[in-house]
Amino acid sequence: MSGIMAELEKRRAAARMGGGEKRVAAQHAKGKLTARERIELLLDEGSFEEFDMFVKHRTTDFGMEAQRPEGDGVVTGWGTINGRRVYVFSQDFTVFGGSLSETHAQKICKVMDMAMQNGAPVIGLNDSGGARIQEGVASLAGYAEVFQRNILASGVVPQISVIMGPCAGGAVYSPAITDFIFMVKDSSYMFVTGPDVVKTVTNEVVTAEELGGASTHTKKSSVADGAFENDVETLAEVRRLVDFLPLNNRDKAPVRPFFDEASRADHSLDTLVPKNPNQPYDMKELILKVADEGDFYELQEDFAANIITGFIRVEGQTVGVVANQPMVLAGVLDIDSSRKAARFVRFCDAFEIPILTFVDVPGFLPGTSQEYGGVIKHGAKLLFAYGEATVPKVTVITRKAYGGAYDVMASKHLRGDFNYAWPTAQIAVMGAKGAVEILYRSELDDPEKIAARTEEYETNFANPFRAAERGFIDEVILPHSTRKRVARAFASLRTKNQTNPWKKHDNIPL
Amino acid sequence: MFKKILIANRGEIACRVIKTARKMGIQTVAIYSDADESALHVKMADEAVHIGPPPANQSYIVIEKVMQAIKDTGAEAVHPGYGFLSENPKFAEALDAAGVAFIGPPKGAIEAMGDKITSKKIAQDAAVSTVPGYMGLIEDADEAVKISNQIGYPVMIKASAGGGGKGMRIAWNDDEAREGFQSSKNEAANSFGDDRIFIEKFVTQPRHIEIQVLCDSHGNGVYLNERECSIQRRNQKVIEEAPSPFLDEATRKAMGEQSLALAQAVGYASAGTVEFIVDGDKNFYFLEMNTRLQVEHPVTELITGIDLVEQMIRVAHGEKLTLTQDDISINGWAMESRLYAEDPYRGFLPSIGRLTRYRPPAELAEDTRAVRNDTGVFEGGEISMYYDPMIAKLCTWAPTRAAAIEEMRVALDRFEVEGIGHNIPFLSAVYDHPKFISGDMTTAFIEEEYPDGFAGITPDETTSRRIAAAVAAMHRVAEIRRSRISGRLGNHTRKVGEDWIVGVGDHRFEIGIAADADGATVQFADGAAMRVASEWVPGQTLAELDIDDAPLVLKVSPASNGYHVRHRGAELSVSVLTPRAAELAALMPVKVPPDTSKMLLCPMPGLIVKLNVEEGDEVQDGQALCTVEAMKMENILRAEKKCVVKSIKVAAGDSLAVDEVIMEFE
Repeated sequence: MSGIMAELEKRRAAARMGGGEKRVAAQHAKGKLTARERIELLLDEGSFEEFDMFVKHRTTDFGMEAQRPEGDGVVTGWGTINGRRVYVFSQDFTVFGGSLSETHAQKICKVMDMAMQNGAPVIGLNDSGGARIQEGVASLAGYAEVFQRNILASGVVPQISVIMGPCAGGAVYSPAITDFIFMVKDSSYMFVTGPDVVKTVTNEVVTAEELGGASTHTKKSSVADGAFENDVETLAEVRRLVDFLPLNNRDKAPVRPFFDEASRADHSLDTLVPKNPNQPYDMKELILKVADEGDFYELQEDFAANIITGFIRVEGQTVGVVANQPMVLAGVLDIDSSRKAARFVRFCDAFEIPILTFVDVPGFLPGTSQEYGGVIKHGAKLLFAYGEATVPKVTVITRKAYGGAYDVMASKHLRGDFNYAWPTAQIAVMGAKGAVEILYRSELDDPEKIAARTEEYETNFANPFRAAERGFIDEVILPHSTRKRVARAFASLRTKNQTNPWKKHDNIPL
Repeated sequence: MFKKILIANRGEIACRVIKTARKMGIQTVAIYSDADESALHVKMADEAVHIGPPPANQSYIVIEKVMQAIKDTGAEAVHPGYGFLSENPKFAEALDAAGVAFIGPPKGAIEAMGDKITSKKIAQDAAVSTVPGYMGLIEDADEAVKISNQIGYPVMIKASAGGGGKGMRIAWNDDEAREGFQSSKNEAANSFGDDRIFIEKFVTQPRHIEIQVLCDSHGNGVYLNERECSIQRRNQKVIEEAPSPFLDEATRKAMGEQSLALAQAVGYASAGTVEFIVDGDKNFYFLEMNTRLQVEHPVTELITGIDLVEQMIRVAHGEKLTLTQDDISINGWAMESRLYAEDPYRGFLPSIGRLTRYRPPAELAEDTRAVRNDTGVFEGGEISMYYDPMIAKLCTWAPTRAAAIEEMRVALDRFEVEGIGHNIPFLSAVYDHPKFISGDMTTAFIEEEYPDGFAGITPDETTSRRIAAAVAAMHRVAEIRRSRISGRLGNHTRKVGEDWIVGVGDHRFEIGIAADADGATVQFADGAAMRVASEWVPGQTLAELDIDDAPLVLKVSPASNGYHVRHRGAELSVSVLTPRAAELAALMPVKVPPDTSKMLLCPMPGLIVKLNVEEGDEVQDGQALCTVEAMKMENILRAEKKCVVKSIKVAAGDSLAVDEVIMEFE
């Protein structure tokens, strides 16, 4: 009996060695941890339960039968993050460069199926050279099997992809379908075609980092939701994100003990909006001061910064925040910010996370680059996302809410549950100057008349009361009481039950 | 008594005066510029009058506007605070003409003391010790050399109208005297339009010690001991204390009596300050007299128990002093720290913006300690570019100097300021400096001890251990909270560990925590142990702990795997990891920040007004590269060495953040 046990231990030890000491050392030398080390950091200490440790590939081409390491380049299983279940796969670059074989894919599919069955998130730690060329179409089939599961899992369980090394070619499409992508700075990249192919096809010379590094994907392409300094920090931040997410789409957003009075007044907010309507201010200050303990998990911070997206907690429970940022492009809506916010709103709606919207928007960005780029349809994505969302929606207009952008930003008309405005709000078709120039075109050469008209317009429209008269604004609130009002609004919406008409699925303007 | 007074000032001093007026039952009127519409002094006053646009020369110091405000509100007297119109004889005259009392000295005293040469002559006549020197006007360089030799080197060559270090030269020999005379004269002519020059003995190991006097209009006067203000940066006082750790009773008495003699020689009637320079042998020499309330007056109030503003108001109302010299004693020790909106890590550049968080320590007045904070700002307020960057004066009092310093250290740790740069770390560093602690300092202290500016301090091993124990205990609390999230797998919840590896700067500690009902015992690998007790809960930005029964106050903000911590003069990243995570973290590459030596970085948030060079240009050492406008000031950025401009990253009209790259060099 003891011989059999020893044999098991021996086999386990071999599997845990991955690609062997030399390759592990090489992985470390690149500043990267191994697949198993990453899982250790991601999950609660000692909570990891592994599946398929002894799975081996079955290829015999190209002499592959001589190398059949246990695990086949991916470590899979489940464990807990702060006691909550998650399913994990972690590609092992030390084994065949983490390349995806038929059996490697099967292991991933097994944990995904398990996650779907049991209703828990899937976290993929990607570090792979790509398809296992020796396996040909079997490897491609493996990718597609994973994609199909990603697609079906979308909106059912949260899916998080962490890019911790190369992720190229077809491999990128699994993360692309998932809810969040995080990257490690300087040691990860993702692209559909690498620098060599780019050079051959387009003659463009570009490095892997420039083409698909963390900076590219967080600032330019918006493929990634965030990037962190190294493996250790990245995995700690993924743990932090998971604490905000429900386990599945039938679950409520998690609640944890909090140490911040829901009724806490913050009088400094009374001076947040400057006197001069053209002067910017930092909307993040409002988010931080409304959030429990000033804790904000921002997503896509470096992309389309004219809109802010991320998670906070209010009375311990997760709330998704969307906010125009007057500090960047005056907080205008454009193609990028609409896309960014729309995807975030849809994530929140899919997973029953209430949405808090802070509005200070001067309108949509004009110009040929926007129109040629299809701002009509991209802007409509955000409109659509808000309109279809059935989760609790609380909106606070701090200053400008002009034109169509007013409608889009979780207005009453899009089934906003609580629509509040600060006394500084200006809800109108446009600002005074623009409006007067259109309405009183004939008086334009008389500056005195125009000044009087402008003042008249400001008195009549540059306030929240016209909207409040019609009930489009439920209440005009004092800035310092925002946290309290928002907390009470969400508290009253805890039993909200709203459904959309039956449909196979909608047809959002993609 | 007056029914209503107007305070012709803003900021903390206006608030300070309003407090006393209110205590005395006097109504107050504030004046404010556009920039101060929602300022604290406006909120505190009973009435407020708008007096114009933000720049002081269009509002606070326009005599007609202030006079109109007085007329409109019917104020019977005016307190000028310090700065602005406080030492302007024309203002005193205008008030006089309007029959409004000036809460300050008579116009004649202001005038007499306003000119350096005149005031020195009066001082000599009143037998006040003055710096040996030549008071007459010096014709040419030869005469300057002759006089310098008579006085004896080293000498100081000074512009009569000078101030702020302008038109000032030190000469150690004939050549330097000749050269210094010429350059002082030129500089004075350019800067002040007045090229009168005088020469005096240059005092070595100088300390700045000043005497507070208080006189009424009936010929009575007292001196209220001294204040030591040697901790200065570029002639701007940073830390003041009373009494001075340097003076003995005899010197104090001599200085006090001479100060009083001077005040009475000019018919002084109000609170005033006679500034002296004191050398290493306790020789003191008169410098100048400030005919107003000083910024640092609270330290005198704290050791004497006398409200100087109240006394000024009473004197202005014509009352007789009820105090005699025998009533004045020294009770304990007081410290004052000036909090400036400036970035100590960037050469103390002024910092402006919104105070997103402003939580001063609680004020206290107990038998054995006191904390006082004179402030003119509030959370959510704006620090504008137009006025003095001082946001608060934090004072502490205790029976001894050492205790007052300790109170100050803790009070500074408790002071929360966010949104703008501030000098709290620098102030804290000074209070921990051995030279300051010993009281052995001169006016060159900052220049000598921080010759390359301030880069923050590194805590010693003992302090690091205390911080490590504190942060580990806090981290454990935060992790336990995290493990109590809803949706846990029953019976398989996370157990938060007891062993942690804590990194504090370069120090690394292996720590074991054993929690009990009263706190936790933190065990270090070398066997040492500490008791940590705290009410801290996650989300609090100020952690007040007891470590082995001694208080430790940390300003904290969470970071990945740890906290950012501000304590005393240090700003630290503190990491807390499980032993396994620490092992893995050790494998992470150390990332070297990009080399910025070949870049021109924007030193402050501002607007690019002009680019003086183009890509490919060869530039010489000191050549102007571009102009950045910040806070209405045009700053010319110059090449530090000869080089070639490789690329320019910005265009004129761009708004830049601090440290944004303007151009790169080859």
